[in-house]
Amino acid sequence: MSTQATTARTASPGLAAAGASAATARSAAVAGSSSAYAVELKDVRKSFGKTEIIRGANLAVKPGERVAIIGPNGAGKSTLFNLISGRFGSTSGEILLHGERIDGLTPFQINRRGLSRSFQVSNLFVRLSVFENIRCAVLWSMGYKYSFWQFLAGLRDANDRAEEVLAMIKLDRRRDHLAMNLTYAEQRALEIGITIAGGSSVILLDEPTAGMSKSETKRFIQLILDVTQGKTLLTVEHDMGVVFGLADKIAVLVYGEVIAFDLPEAVRANPRVQEAYLGSVLADQQAAGH
Amino acid sequence: MHIQEKRPHFHFRPFNIGRWVIWGGFALMLAVAPLLWTSSFAQTMLSQVGIGIIACLAYNILLGQGGMLSFGHAVYSGMGSFLAIHALNMVSAGALPIPVSLIPLVGGLAGLFFAALLGYVTTKKSGTTFAMITLGIGVLVMNMSLMLPEFFGGEGGVTGNRMVGPKGGTLGITFGPQIQVYYLIAIYCFICTAAMFAVTRTPLGRMLNAVRDNPERVEFIGYSTQNVRYLAFIISGFFAGIAGGLGALNFEIVTAEVVGPARSAAYLLFVFLGGATFFFGPIIGAVLMVVALVLLSELTKAWLLYLGIVFLFMVMYAPGGIASLIMMNLRLAAFGKLKRVWTSYLALGGSGLVALAGVAAMIEMVYHRQLNAALGPELQFMGATLNSQGLDSWLGAVFVTGVGVAMFELSRRTFSREWGTIQEEIEKEIKRREAA
Repeated sequence: MSTQATTARTASPGLAAAGASAATARSAAVAGSSSAYAVELKDVRKSFGKTEIIRGANLAVKPGERVAIIGPNGAGKSTLFNLISGRFGSTSGEILLHGERIDGLTPFQINRRGLSRSFQVSNLFVRLSVFENIRCAVLWSMGYKYSFWQFLAGLRDANDRAEEVLAMIKLDRRRDHLAMNLTYAEQRALEIGITIAGGSSVILLDEPTAGMSKSETKRFIQLILDVTQGKTLLTVEHDMGVVFGLADKIAVLVYGEVIAFDLPEAVRANPRVQEAYLGSVLADQQAAGH
Repeated sequence: MHIQEKRPHFHFRPFNIGRWVIWGGFALMLAVAPLLWTSSFAQTMLSQVGIGIIACLAYNILLGQGGMLSFGHAVYSGMGSFLAIHALNMVSAGALPIPVSLIPLVGGLAGLFFAALLGYVTTKKSGTTFAMITLGIGVLVMNMSLMLPEFFGGEGGVTGNRMVGPKGGTLGITFGPQIQVYYLIAIYCFICTAAMFAVTRTPLGRMLNAVRDNPERVEFIGYSTQNVRYLAFIISGFFAGIAGGLGALNFEIVTAEVVGPARSAAYLLFVFLGGATFFFGPIIGAVLMVVALVLLSELTKAWLLYLGIVFLFMVMYAPGGIASLIMMNLRLAAFGKLKRVWTSYLALGGSGLVALAGVAAMIEMVYHRQLNAALGPELQFMGATLNSQGLDSWLGAVFVTGVGVAMFELSRRTFSREWGTIQEEIEKEIKRREAA
């Protein structure tokens, strides 16, 4: 059994301990790294055929920082997420997670190193219950891997952790419903739940509030803040209200390049950002009454 | 961090009474079935049902649990059969000192070995590509079976003799009488069914469901979808091999047909008919498989056509198979609404049978004209004499079909309305209970 699993299983059976176990296991690995950055991109490029989508992106995110990546449609935000999470391979450049190169690794290898992501369109296990969705996301980090000699019902730490995550995302009353039968907002919450359940130290959220009403968005920002406490957060977002409510720092991506990466006020005042993106967006959102 | 205060935790209930009743009932059914149907033909059929249950459940690890559509699963049950019959012959020759009752395990290990070998290639892909590779491997092995007569026995197959123990047998068990073979099959059937059910309740089993639902997401929660599929494939191959080994003991002859595409297609067809989405669906499928392959084929030459028609209607109207129909009605029963659809079911069943009788009369007349013309134009059908060249027989069949279809359509509309109303009532009841 792996060290992670041993750490997880020998923890106190209480809820808090069970909840902390996956995170502890992952953060133990992080603590061993010498890098000052949780995520680092060095001159990352990505081309599809002759079209270069990401053109030498550079970014360095410190552990615990909350970073929003903004930019116009087609700037390459989601592509950047896909590169970091291993969904796409980069054409050149380096991507580092806690100082370790992860470009070229598969998504599951990257996830095992402590990075988890959500998707713009809810990406759930639709024929499984809400509880099973979360429990699936917990199993690897708890060390159960491909076990076919242990009953799920007897895995107390994994079950407790899944229950805890359900409570955190406020879906405990819907635990036995199939994921396909949830409302849109509930599916988005479950998407977040699956992302954080494994205790990854770096969380990537791709437009987590897309398609939500104003009141739902407000509640959702608080939910994200709660469940990602102490973690490094990167989020792609169009809604400036969400960006300023959520992020410590903002990275502005325009035509595949990070043209600014700073505190929100500095980014807001940056004339290059104003010209390339933010001026028009803020004007649009003010006109729309946001 | 918000911590849950109430703890509606998962309760592990190893002494769940319902579970014991179901498994106890299953064991009892296996035990008493040959006492209820005592003829040797019935015992042969029951033996085949037991083997079919293991094979179909093994196949459903791929199809229902993992969403892997395999067109070549007979390779693993078939290779299990061949290795088992060779092992049996080695036992006969005194070259292999194992009891006959363990021969099926040799089949299981053979299935496991070939699944590990060939599955390494097939499970690298999923979806249509996976299906095509399995089809290719199935055809490859089928053709190899004719090219390697030393191992596969050529067209005549490989024969064996299961009565190889000491004279009088061990504790009187010689495996000569069919009833003794049946009980050996029943024991394997129970153990394998329980083991396969247990696998669905493990981390690997659940991740297999996750791979079925959304393989992409599985990769982002730490799992290699290929590894999950590969392990499931190996487990499935093991149980398929046990089924094959039992088949070798049961028939004492193994021919190339057991690794052929027709056998693979039968697994797919009957697992689908039984219901791939529920664990017990393939058990129903296995019973249907034996009934169709053994009984129906005796009754009519057109049995494959009937099977095709049934399959067509199931795909169109009940893609979840018979198991899903049962579960839907259990849901109605749980809300006390089943009695409201009984009359509709009777009307649907009655009118459906009338329509089927009309269609079947026409099919039988066509088959008679094509295949039995030398016997004269007349044929017996459900106690009536039909003339395959007479206009009145054809008009009568068309009339019966028309009446049946019209009655069925009327019943279906009434049933459809009633069903919709009941479903709405159930949804309201669920919401009311949730709110409460």
